[in-house]
Amino acid sequence: MKPMNEMSLAFPSSSSNESFARAAVAAFVAQLDPTIDELSDIKTAVSEAVTNCIVHAYRNTIGTVYISCKLYENGKITIRIRDKGCGIEDVKQAMQPLFTTAGGERAGLGFAVMESFMDVLRVTSKVGVGTVVTMHKTIERRSKVSVKGKMAEE
Amino acid sequence: MGVRLILKEGELTAVLSGEIDHHSAREIRETIDDAASKVKPKLLTLDFSDIQFMDSSGIGLIMGRCKLMQVWGGAVRIANLPPKIEKIVSLSGINQLCTVVKGVKKDEADE
Repeated sequence: MKPMNEMSLAFPSSSSNESFARAAVAAFVAQLDPTIDELSDIKTAVSEAVTNCIVHAYRNTIGTVYISCKLYENGKITIRIRDKGCGIEDVKQAMQPLFTTAGGERAGLGFAVMESFMDVLRVTSKVGVGTVVTMHKTIERRSKVSVKGKMAEE
Repeated sequence: MGVRLILKEGELTAVLSGEIDHHSAREIRETIDDAASKVKPKLLTLDFSDIQFMDSSGIGLIMGRCKLMQVWGGAVRIANLPPKIEKIVSLSGINQLCTVVKGVKKDEADE
């Protein structure tokens, strides 16, 4: 299936870009007319993935975070967040709730949140190469847009 | 993002506002810990009523304050969670570390 719209972003892994990244993705997916709850889920998942790039992938350094997002006619959204950072040695272990290598103030819930707030979460990683997080979520199509469009034409 | 601190009868309340993520959590943490370490309150209330967004960094923030308060035997209470952040709070199971309350009035009498 061909996406009806897509976008991509690249930005440095400074923590001030966390809010930019989730707001940018939210603004883009807004054209599918998601509910407030769906939008909040997506923003949270994006924030978690981007934070991982900043805290883990590019720990003590600044690299580039890449986001691409595709929207489909049936309401499906795919978001891919990629880095060229240190990579994850054991993805399965990293995805365990409460597991963290950052210590102290990190809850170790990033992947658990992405998993439960999105429909599908896939993580692939190679040490020294980087990590790709792919997330899907299908939002309810309320067909309000087409109705509104018709009414406007009349 | 902001923190407003209210100290009353040995209890410290931090009224949080804006968005809590990994970036903003640091300043919130420093502001709270600074005051709490001086006062050593028996109760620290974190008021979330003006929070628009929170990711798991907010859970880390709560966990960290629970740990700090334990040093002198104090407790943490989290108050007025907006519906949109209830989901992440319940997912985290943080309610096993601290009490969650609703309808705590914001004390307008600033210190």
